[in-house]
Amino acid sequence: MTALSAVPRLRRGVKAAYDETRDSHVVLFPEGVLVLNETAAAVIGLCDGRTSVEGIARRLAEDFDGVEVDDVAELVARLVARRVVDVDG
Amino acid sequence: MADAPFGLLAELTHRCPLKCGYCSNPLELIGRADELDTAQWRAVFDQARALGVLQVHLSGGEPLARKDLPELVRHASGLGCYVNLVTSGLGLTPERLADLRGVDHVQLSVQDAESASANRIAGVRAFDHKIKAAEVIRDAGLPLTVNVVLHRLNLDHVGEIVALAERMGADRLELANTQYYGWALRNRAALLPTREQLARAGEVVAAAQARSAMEIVYVIADYHEAHPKPCMHGWGARQLTVAPNGDVLPCPAAGVIEGLGVENVKDRALADIWHSSPAFNAFRGFDWMQEPCRTCARRELDFGGCRCQAFQLTGDAAATDPVCSLSPHRGVVDLILAGGPASVEHRAVVR
Ligand SMILES: C[S@@+](CC[C@H](N)C(=O)[O-])C[C@H]1O[C@@H](n2cnc3c(N)ncnc32)[C@H](O)[C@@H]1O
Ligand code: SF4
Ligand code: SF4
Repeated sequence: MTALSAVPRLRRGVKAAYDETRDSHVVLFPEGVLVLNETAAAVIGLCDGRTSVEGIARRLAEDFDGVEVDDVAELVARLVARRVVDVDG
Repeated sequence: MADAPFGLLAELTHRCPLKCGYCSNPLELIGRADELDTAQWRAVFDQARALGVLQVHLSGGEPLARKDLPELVRHASGLGCYVNLVTSGLGLTPERLADLRGVDHVQLSVQDAESASANRIAGVRAFDHKIKAAEVIRDAGLPLTVNVVLHRLNLDHVGEIVALAERMGADRLELANTQYYGWALRNRAALLPTREQLARAGEVVAAAQARSAMEIVYVIADYHEAHPKPCMHGWGARQLTVAPNGDVLPCPAAGVIEGLGVENVKDRALADIWHSSPAFNAFRGFDWMQEPCRTCARRELDFGGCRCQAFQLTGDAAATDPVCSLSPHRGVVDLILAGGPASVEHRAVVR
């Protein structure tokens, strides 16, 4: 799991986009495409290189019910494993 | 109805200044006169995007051989696609790359770790150009994947190849054992590695993967494996290929399968071809499978392997990929592996 103080950002060469044909947020990277659910899309949108995992959870809690910081950390860890995001700290 | 594809492999041309003996392109290369023109390629990209394609791989041959490449890049990028330029690097000057705004990622092929051997494999003096091309790509701030096709002639240098890719500043390194299609199939006897070579290289790669900051992707040598590769993640499932002349293929090698019923973008809409052409529906899903695949627990992992390989080695495109240890035809592959080495013939060049 990613540390709560870690600051994620999209890796070089990764693009976040909206796909009208699938009505979904997606991330595009050299080896493929990831179709995101609503939560993942919101997290990706906050992987800006300034906001920590804890900060992302706090921001998400403003818009969604039942946001758990551990769930955010786990999702970020999965995105790191897919080489979609990098973390500092 | 089939799910929409994510990727389009656009083979813009078969023209190429290199003559790699391992090239997977077909023996009968498509000449310049038969290539789709600029407007036709733009229409292909429009239709692909409308169908759901988000990733466009501009490849060939050498995509830089197309004078209209800047316009094609702009068009695909303007549609919102992720644009991957797949190139030998020959002709990639700072000026040319500056004209290619909209490229999101570059995949650069390299033949070996040092100049003499690399040039021997490429059939031309390409190595120094590639070193410069990598510099140009990095200076432009673009992410770089170095792709090296592995075979008997370079597998023993895989450690040096990793070091070279690191010096080139690659973010990713693809070490892909040769897939035997096109020119590679013709040159198979010269390219097939020994089991010992593969074992040694496998160890070097594993150590490098554990140590390197680069992502290192290793594509296995399927002839030496007990199970086939999950070819294309299933036929007509995620990606389509458009050949230089507009033929629409489920995979780049599918042209070899006789009687497949390949259709062309000049005759029919891309979405119709994807959803209802005989070529795309022939091996979709699992219903086409014979035994042993039909009742095998691994069929959702490997989809029965590669249809082109099944056709090439058994004459039946619906057979189990003969590299599979459960295939009744596995003996064909073992016989090939037992054969002695031969010399390489370079790929033909078309103009
Ligand atoms: C056919 S090439 C065309 C683009 C460009 N000429 C180049 O070589 O990069 C596309 C990609 O396929 C790889 N390739 C070629 N022949 C192959 C084979 N027999 N098996 C696996 N990969 C192969 C190349 O290294 C390259 O990365
Ligand atoms: S693999 Fe070699 S010969 Fe084939 S298209 Fe690429 S550079 Fe040209
Ligand atoms: S029998 Fe078919 S599905 Fe089973 S492992 Fe072999 S190729 Fe894959």
